[in-house]
Amino acid sequence: MLTRRNFIRSTSLLAASTALPSLAFAQNGPLRLEITEGVIEPLPFALPSFIAENAGATDAAADISRVIAADLRGTGLFRQIPPDAYISQITSFGAQVNYADWQAINAQALITGAVEQRADGQLVVRFRLFDVFSQAPLGEGLQFVGSADSWRRMAHNVADQVYSRITGESGYFDTRVAFIAEEGPKNARLKRLAIMDYDGANVQFLTDSRSLVLAPRFSPSGGQILYTSYESGFPQVYLMDVATVQRRPLEAIPGGNMTFSPRFSPSGQTVVFSLEESGNTDIYSLDLATGTRVRLTQTPSIETAPSFSPDGDQIVFESDRSGGQQIYIMPANGGDPRRISAGTGRYGTPVWSPRGDYIAFTKQENGRFHIGVMRTDGSEERLLTSSFLDEGPTWAPNGRVIMFTRETPGDDGAPAVYSVDISGRNLQRVATPGMASDPAWSPLQS
Amino acid sequence: MTKSIFRPVRVALLIGTLALAACSQGGFGNGDSAAGVAGAAGAGGVGDPTSPVYFNEVVGDRVLFAVDQSTLSPEAQNVLAGQAQWLLANPEFTALIEGHADEQGTREYNLALGARRAAAVREYLVSRGVPDARLRTISYGKERPLQICSDEACYSQNRRAVTVLSAGLAS
Repeated sequence: MLTRRNFIRSTSLLAASTALPSLAFAQNGPLRLEITEGVIEPLPFALPSFIAENAGATDAAADISRVIAADLRGTGLFRQIPPDAYISQITSFGAQVNYADWQAINAQALITGAVEQRADGQLVVRFRLFDVFSQAPLGEGLQFVGSADSWRRMAHNVADQVYSRITGESGYFDTRVAFIAEEGPKNARLKRLAIMDYDGANVQFLTDSRSLVLAPRFSPSGGQILYTSYESGFPQVYLMDVATVQRRPLEAIPGGNMTFSPRFSPSGQTVVFSLEESGNTDIYSLDLATGTRVRLTQTPSIETAPSFSPDGDQIVFESDRSGGQQIYIMPANGGDPRRISAGTGRYGTPVWSPRGDYIAFTKQENGRFHIGVMRTDGSEERLLTSSFLDEGPTWAPNGRVIMFTRETPGDDGAPAVYSVDISGRNLQRVATPGMASDPAWSPLQS
Repeated sequence: MTKSIFRPVRVALLIGTLALAACSQGGFGNGDSAAGVAGAAGAGGVGDPTSPVYFNEVVGDRVLFAVDQSTLSPEAQNVLAGQAQWLLANPEFTALIEGHADEQGTREYNLALGARRAAAVREYLVSRGVPDARLRTISYGKERPLQICSDEACYSQNRRAVTVLSAGLAS
């Protein structure tokens, strides 16, 4: 991933403009789409297939256009106007836009672009975004240069730009998802650690199925993954470098004590996790530089699923100290926790939003499972999903979308990864190769 | 009630498994533990009180738990008293106690719950005189259900701790 990160260079097409695109756009009212207000009617956009500047770019131009459109449609916030409705054709990237033709089909946003394959094989992708009814460009044109096999990332970069300029939020398309790929019958499941683009493309398996593996988590840079494996015969936290697929136990734990449920601190310097000793599970932190382990909870109850606040000062976790699973927050160095979950039922797997504003959780009540969000003081609890078994939320880097595991009941019950936005809309199954569980959403790659 | 439904089925399956004993791979308390590779009759069989098969089938290799509980019922304590007696009489065996949960719980919590159940069994066996060094525990959480329906009939069989024997000295 570290090597992929550097493949794509982006440059502004308007050298004179120094304003940040989002600032430029903020003065440009009409097309603003406030996600927090809850979008009912998706914003219509036109996306004529990007122009292939030379023969070598023909396939890439079509593929990139398709992926950009899929990214935007997949948010539930945008609706693509079918190309056969277009009155104007875009025949060259620099041509004047005939706004009236796009207004006539009610396209509020117009995305145009061109793709060129250079002699060295590199792809150059240019795009512009227009506010059709304001009859003006929305932000500056941008150019991305990358290797031919990074065309999907360049498409996601364009879509992230479009999403960001229209919503004022950062995007989440140029991201990856680590997950557990599952196969076999329910009583003899084989599990492999896998990674893919957020939209299900470019799947890579990172472990074989000889050892049970569970619950991957990304480092803040996206370059490393923590997960739990039975490789040693006992459940233990492992650390894997994504680019090299090299792995090692996070820490040599004596005595067959189980370690699990790991998560990085926002700085990447500390890992919090659960350690079980004589049947009792508590939360510990490990300083990766010094190897110093600190016990953060000291109770006979189950403390697990720790997750840092984005500023690194606090940890949200679950505990059954009250008699059932509930959510608590404590200082990052331990200390007195305060309970924040207040409703009926059981609350587990809390995850702090990267924006800091919400905590996502799994709620179990009356035989149903829900993914929900609440404020960090426990107020404004909102359940987003409901099924036989929903669990394990993970946040998109912009804190607007959540992925989770949904498992169906019965002998042929199977897990799959779903996504939903934090308003509870746009529930979708995420494409995976076969059964999948325990998604972990990476940070933005660029 | 669920017990009367499932126990005969399990025994029948086990005999079938023993007939194909060479295929046995052990693990997860599904009746084909690594040690249970002897025939059903004669030395090493179910009629031989020193055999793992006897331990698994006559003494009983597992105890069941109530929803979200790790306390040992009187019935479970009876089974474990028998296990302790057997382990004391057969000191060449060590045991790995697997703790399991049903699917109605989050993954992490169920791992911790399985560990609690395995530890409860270990503590009981030690209280009955089994040397702690001969016992190890592992939790599988909800990862290895024995029964796969999504009803209490199956859940009650999956909320279990299974004592899996292996021959040889404790490590």
